[in-house]
Amino acid sequence: MEYYMKNKFIILISSLVFALFSSTSAKSESITLGWAAWDPANALVELSKGFTAETGIDVNFEFVPWPNFADRMLNELNNQGKTFDLLIGDSQWIGGGAVYGHYVKLNDFFDQEGISMDDFSDATVYAYSTWPKGTPNYYALPAMGDALAWAYRKDWFDRPELQSEFQAKHGYDLGVPKSWDELYDMCTFFQGREIDGQVRYGAAINTERGSEGITMGVTAAMYAWGMQYENPDKPYEMEGYFNAPHVVEAVEFYKKMYEDCTPPGHSDAYMGANLDAYKSETVAFQMNWYAFWPGVSKEDADGRVTGFFANPCQETCAATLGGQGLSVVSYSDKKDLALEYMKWFAKPDVQAKWWSLGGYSCHKDVLGASDFVDSAVYAQGFLDSMGIVKDFWQEPTFVELMLPMQEHIHDYVVNGKGTAKAALDNIIEEWVEVFEADGKL
Amino acid sequence: MSKKLINKARGLSDKAIAWIFITPTVLLLLAINIYPLFYAISMSFTNFYANKIGKEIKWVGLKNYIKVLGKESVWERMQITANFMFWTLLIQALIGLGLALLLNKKFKGNELLTTLIVLPMMLSPAVVGTFWTYLYNPQVGVFSYIMNFFYNFGPIDMIGSSVLAPWSIVIVDTWMWTPFTMLICLAGLRSIPDYLYEAAEVDRASRWQQFIYITLPSVLPFLLLALLFRGIENFKMFDMVVELTSGGPGSATELASIQLKREAFEKWKTGYSSAYAVILFVTIFGFGNVYVKVMNKIKDR
Repeated sequence: MEYYMKNKFIILISSLVFALFSSTSAKSESITLGWAAWDPANALVELSKGFTAETGIDVNFEFVPWPNFADRMLNELNNQGKTFDLLIGDSQWIGGGAVYGHYVKLNDFFDQEGISMDDFSDATVYAYSTWPKGTPNYYALPAMGDALAWAYRKDWFDRPELQSEFQAKHGYDLGVPKSWDELYDMCTFFQGREIDGQVRYGAAINTERGSEGITMGVTAAMYAWGMQYENPDKPYEMEGYFNAPHVVEAVEFYKKMYEDCTPPGHSDAYMGANLDAYKSETVAFQMNWYAFWPGVSKEDADGRVTGFFANPCQETCAATLGGQGLSVVSYSDKKDLALEYMKWFAKPDVQAKWWSLGGYSCHKDVLGASDFVDSAVYAQGFLDSMGIVKDFWQEPTFVELMLPMQEHIHDYVVNGKGTAKAALDNIIEEWVEVFEADGKL
Repeated sequence: MSKKLINKARGLSDKAIAWIFITPTVLLLLAINIYPLFYAISMSFTNFYANKIGKEIKWVGLKNYIKVLGKESVWERMQITANFMFWTLLIQALIGLGLALLLNKKFKGNELLTTLIVLPMMLSPAVVGTFWTYLYNPQVGVFSYIMNFFYNFGPIDMIGSSVLAPWSIVIVDTWMWTPFTMLICLAGLRSIPDYLYEAAEVDRASRWQQFIYITLPSVLPFLLLALLFRGIENFKMFDMVVELTSGGPGSATELASIQLKREAFEKWKTGYSSAYAVILFVTIFGFGNVYVKVMNKIKDR
């Protein structure tokens, strides 16, 4: 009996060890992908099931909320962490990713697998993949095209009594604003207005202090006023460009928008807060990324409530770039599996499915398809925007450049401290210090 | 074997046994406290950037210290921190002592009330910061509602206004940590022997005289101890304020610890921020030491 029990015990232990090993070996065929926690991430989870079905490789995800996204991911990269095999990193990280060796250079892999960057929209390749900018050195595959845009309450705009009142007051139709001046007129028109027994406000715009929010908002105006960060002929010379009179005017305009158009308490708002203000029917306009439009649109099946439009022009037409590229982390032990995922992701049919699930493909086959413009109400706006996008510095020191911008712009726009010119001068002063420390000046 | 060990241990002096017991703790302290402190001090004399892998680390002498102390923004943040500390400590001392005096009376429901009052300090500061953003919301927040109940101020934007934002963090910290001051004061009050008051009654001392000459001197060391803890905590306050205001509007509520975090872990200026951290450490250490000496003198009296 004792012998029998002993045998049984050995069999049990053996099975447990076998089960443990077999589960470990199954787990070794998996990769981890890091991205921000937002709507498109859910679409990517859905899409990646296809990869697992095709290859048997599991894809694990770690999605970090936007306010902590840069902190978490850059910390991981700086510590040469192995948590992530693939990273969908923000466009501004490409410089640091390349220079500090966080990302794998993909040129050889692309050549070997026949992946051509010519198949992807030029603006997105430039923005998400190349470092130094515009050179054929690729550190990411354009994964998620995005730009800052606007949604508006079409159902309120369609009301005849509001239309005639607006027409009488401003002398033109209440509709999609063609300039920031028109946007301001419309925002102030709705500010404090009672509609269906509830007080409404003009616009939910980016004012967040902690990460990148207010910078991503104010640059939408600055680009439209024709802002350039530096002298095109003399890199890093910012005096007279970044603080030129028309840029000062743009910043002052954004402050005017904040003061006259936003709902009370909208002083530290970014993506989530703008969506909330819009969904709770508090505001007529919201500024946000295209990434959120599939979600907004889904709740408005007949397209009666919401309309979308690209960033309005002013002196010129431009939009703030969002979006990200897919990179392989150089510290990963599973780079081969990660590259396999990238190869799969670059396929035109996968890219088409990516768009249909709510991701913004940058593949020319998808963007150039005859039915693309009709496939979503915001598709035309997306195409228009991606042709005019501009991005913040993508230097390896971009966080050091972002922080003074956040501080001084927030100090002027929300806190009301100083002047727009002084804010821009202060930013330049700190940027010069950063570029000097980096040996660029 | 074990007998041998016991016999050996018996032969050891008390001091030796004490050392055996405290050695693991001392080693642990050295590893996780003292070593990083000296490492940070050594880094503060370099141009080290933790994110610039492969960049040569150069000795820069006192350059980082001169830079930190010469920066206007650092002094501004110090001023914001001092302002925050002054008002939170003052208000918490007054309300905490007041509540302790009230709760020191025996009445029905005393225990339940004490438990309810200490609830806020049991919450996580990050959670407190987050939910107060909702309470402060000018449109739907209960704070605005209560204020407007007394007088029609209109929507009160506590977080977005540069005048009100510093007060918003003072109010939340006071809400959360006054119970701590109160508890320590209450312990002090309950340690005062009854015969002192009985003797004072016999001497026909008024209530006010009893408070000034018996209660206050007896409770003062406790109150000062509570304020020392609160002072140290608030000097390095971070999470609650980051969640509530992110240091804004602009930099109106950016405390020194928040600026330090941004320099160290966002800009990755490791050498510079080590110097900044050392300066903050010396500041609080110096203040703490002076404070403890004053406190001991008061206690001796």
